[in-house]
Amino acid sequence: MNKVLLIIQREYITRVRKKSFIVMIFVVPLLILGMSALIAFIAKDSMEISKPQIVKVIDESHLFEGKLKNAKNIQFIPTNEPVEKAKEGLKDNEDLSVLLISKDYAHKPVQFFSKKKPSFTLTGEVENQMNEIASTNTMLANHIDTALLNKAKKSKVSVNAMEVTETGTKDANVGPSMMVGIACAIFIYLALFIYGAQVMRGVIEEKTSRIIEVIISSVKPFQLMLGKIIGVGLVGLTQFTAWIVLSIISTKIAGHAASGPGSPMGGVLETLQTIPFGFILGCFLFYFITGYLLYSALFAAVGSAVDSETETQQFMFPITLPLLFTYILSVSVLFRAPDSPLAVWLSIIPFTAPVAMMVRVPFGGVPDWQLGLSMFMMIIGFLFTTYVAARIYRVGVLMYGKKASFKELAKWFFYKE
Amino acid sequence: MLSIRNIVKQYAGHRALDDVSLEVESGKIFGLLGPNGAGKTSLIRIINQITAPDSGEVYFNGHKLNQSHIERIGYLPEERGLYKKMEIGEQMIYLARLKGLTRDEATTRLKHWFKKLDMETWWKKKIEELSKGMQQKAQFVATVLHEPDLIILDEPFSGFDPVNAELIKDEILELNRNGATILFSTHRMESVEELCDSIALIHKSRKILDGRVKHIRNSYKNETYLVEYTGEQLTFDGSQPFEVLSEVAGEDNSNTIKIKLSDASANDVLQYLLPKTRINMLQEVIPSMNEIFIEKVNLIA
Repeated sequence: MNKVLLIIQREYITRVRKKSFIVMIFVVPLLILGMSALIAFIAKDSMEISKPQIVKVIDESHLFEGKLKNAKNIQFIPTNEPVEKAKEGLKDNEDLSVLLISKDYAHKPVQFFSKKKPSFTLTGEVENQMNEIASTNTMLANHIDTALLNKAKKSKVSVNAMEVTETGTKDANVGPSMMVGIACAIFIYLALFIYGAQVMRGVIEEKTSRIIEVIISSVKPFQLMLGKIIGVGLVGLTQFTAWIVLSIISTKIAGHAASGPGSPMGGVLETLQTIPFGFILGCFLFYFITGYLLYSALFAAVGSAVDSETETQQFMFPITLPLLFTYILSVSVLFRAPDSPLAVWLSIIPFTAPVAMMVRVPFGGVPDWQLGLSMFMMIIGFLFTTYVAARIYRVGVLMYGKKASFKELAKWFFYKE
Repeated sequence: MLSIRNIVKQYAGHRALDDVSLEVESGKIFGLLGPNGAGKTSLIRIINQITAPDSGEVYFNGHKLNQSHIERIGYLPEERGLYKKMEIGEQMIYLARLKGLTRDEATTRLKHWFKKLDMETWWKKKIEELSKGMQQKAQFVATVLHEPDLIILDEPFSGFDPVNAELIKDEILELNRNGATILFSTHRMESVEELCDSIALIHKSRKILDGRVKHIRNSYKNETYLVEYTGEQLTFDGSQPFEVLSEVAGEDNSNTIKIKLSDASANDVLQYLLPKTRINMLQEVIPSMNEIFIEKVNLIA
């Protein structure tokens, strides 16, 4: 046991000390920070008009004269200047634009000139007002009482989705849950892949550098495999912990910057807070650890069977297939139907459960028995793959120059000590 | 020290070891010889408990081989290798700790060895920064750092330049004088004659010869002698009590003949030659291990 600890220590320390590890710890949260800042910036920029805008209106139809109302930061000025002259003035003023309404505005599009591309809010405001005016005009022309019609149209129904649970009703807004579910699926999928591949590369390194024979004259192959898997796993957990801590800090900062009063991001952040992150994080840790143990053992067996990384292809494919399959299903189908029979089954089969269950958990409402069964199956699953992998590994690490096939691996499995 | 009894090891396609038994005496240097693919490495792996035999037993100091013996064996595999990206000092300590040493013990001993082999400036270097010969030296140190009772060396001299090979040979002899039993496999027959007390020859999964080097060589004597004389070249008419195998003319009027005796003794040869010429030397030819090796292997092939 002592020797396994030594191996874990070496695997952990040599990896954590690498420059790439330290760089990754800081780069990823910075990316998240940068991305959320960018999203916030874009959202803010396109939703709000920050500076007063002046819109010169050239109305050849004379139908809109005096009817365009000034809105927040938008001022309409009617003018009789010819279009060409009005456009001249745009060149040195970014906050000025020209609205040209032709006589036949219903068939010829209304034109909006400005130096920069105008924001959607500005063109949207103009459009809304013009539609309103135009339909009022039409109604007046047809002798319809606009006051009555407006009164009749003024009903505002909004559907508020409520979910009935044992403890009462709760807000069932699925948008943020969906986001978290997909994020979890992507995260766990990448994590299983990245750290599994690290185990595999470690095994291949030991085999090609031929140190393996020295090591297994001191420890049993199983101890070495276990030490490596646990060591790399701890590296993964360290990295995640660092990322989560740094990301929380960075999104706090970004959130602070983005959530001014009336900011659209504020609403999303608010609903995000209703999601039970502690529970999700707990599930994530459980499925990461068991899923990692399950897959990294298989990756270790693959590493032991080959002489170089280029030979791993044929074995990698069947191993990663269930993972890839669930991942694709998760981001395309499962998140829309987290309680469908397919989702339930996938979240119970150990090979697909880490991804499938992590999509379902953020939606809440996974029955306890399903969660329990899934977790139980995960534990059975990783014990099983570790047993199979260890039997292949102990033979594989000493085999050189033999092109291993699946048949060969099966043979190795049945070798006696 | 080490008693190997009736070992059989079967692999899928072939039998690597077929009923092999050996006795390695304590404090001696034992040579394990055999052509490539004879089963030497399979046997060494069994002694190191890397693999287990299908049948047969190995006894270490009278006890059946078990996990506790791992720390008393040092093993240098034929295919050398260390972690390329790890610092050499740290790596040696890691390997020694896997063999049961504490960190402090390992550090003290490693400093001693580094000093002894002129490696002190290497401590912080990574393996990939060292030359192949330097790596071999480091690996040798890793093999013996935990002061094993039994040192198993698979082709220990391959990859060393003559100077370092000599250095390592001296270290092996010193370790042996200090009480370690050495088991090594090699193709270099001159090193067998120089170092080994006993040998075993394995060919096609079977042991075909074993014993003390002196006994084996003596038992392969076949009444062949070398005679060197000065004077005119002799001609033999068939009345001489020996058969002439070859004649070589040397410098300074000297000649060497290789002869094979049938019934006569060395004394008869001298008696016959004395009146005819001046004899410088008469020496019995003892076959080299190389000759015996080739003869035995070819006999079975």
